[in-house]
Amino acid sequence: MPVSQANSRVVYDALKKCGIGLVSALPETWLVHLIRMAEDDPQMILVRLAKEEEGVGISAGAHFAGVKSAMLMQNHGFLASINGIVSFAQLYRIPLLMLISYRGHFGERDPWQTQGGGATEPLLQALHIPYSFLDDPGKVEKQVAEAQTLAYASLHPVALLLTRQLMWEEPA
Amino acid sequence: MMQRLECLRAAYPRVEDSLVVTIMGAVAAELQSLGHRPNFFYLQHTMGLASSTGLGLALCLPQQKVVVFDGDGSVLMNLGGLTTMARYRPRNLVHVVFDNESLLSVGGFPTATSTGSNLEAAARAAGVPQTKTVTTLPDFSAAFDDAMKSNDLSCIVAKVEAVGPKAYVTDLSLLENRFQFRRHIEQKTRKI
Repeated sequence: MPVSQANSRVVYDALKKCGIGLVSALPETWLVHLIRMAEDDPQMILVRLAKEEEGVGISAGAHFAGVKSAMLMQNHGFLASINGIVSFAQLYRIPLLMLISYRGHFGERDPWQTQGGGATEPLLQALHIPYSFLDDPGKVEKQVAEAQTLAYASLHPVALLLTRQLMWEEPA
Repeated sequence: MMQRLECLRAAYPRVEDSLVVTIMGAVAAELQSLGHRPNFFYLQHTMGLASSTGLGLALCLPQQKVVVFDGDGSVLMNLGGLTTMARYRPRNLVHVVFDNESLLSVGGFPTATSTGSNLEAAARAAGVPQTKTVTTLPDFSAAFDDAMKSNDLSCIVAKVEAVGPKAYVTDLSLLENRFQFRRHIEQKTRKI
């Protein structure tokens, strides 16, 4: 599978470095290595979800418990989580660190991913969720740490978009 | 028919040391009417995620009993959450579902439990190891006691009358509740 194992490791190590103790996830192609790494890590609580919106509740519970968490999801999972993000995380000022695989953008071959790709950034902007792109493995650690710092300072969701450049090894 | 408020009154003295998460509407207002405590968090929106919040708490604080007061309308919005709960089976989580077969706070529209959908069966089929449906107060009391004493994930479906308080908005602000709850856990876990 051309999902980058090396860059998945870079992302996972970045999460570990900033003290993430719980990861919620719903599998999608680009996330498989990340989820396996969480599964193989005895120090990590991995919660596999039925639907991504549950992850907002799980992360809120973790925050109340004093555990730092991250959410791994596809952008369509982000779309499926909007009410939880707005009426729980934003309403109650819960910090969320969302790592969202940015499917349906340039280079996408799966027709079914394309509509959600076009809606992702406009929705993040509409919800005033700060976001940046993870595309350079050399910058990932700093970007993850900075995103988490902002999430906790603002008590608000933040998003990091996992891009094709980072996650996919085959040339588009 | 059994009333939710009576059940909450029966549960109230037994959740003093637990972390309690409720759904919005009548459950939140009625529990507050018995007296708010800093270990109570009322999720005043996002129907379906009270159980997920309880699961997150229970997984992160395995030494701490967590009680979720849920409702049929909310559980129906997150049936998949039952499977997530059962999959991780936190031994310290008690899930109480007040089933009044109705979306009461919006005017009493009947939910699917009014036409036969069975949430205890759904929880059991999802893999929740201990489930029970109760229709009387003594049965609720006994089931709640058992669940609190047991060292396993439990789901109690309490069939209750579709009646609620006159008002749903209380004078406890959402953020006040949220920060107080977080602070309470912080202080409590520091002592452990």
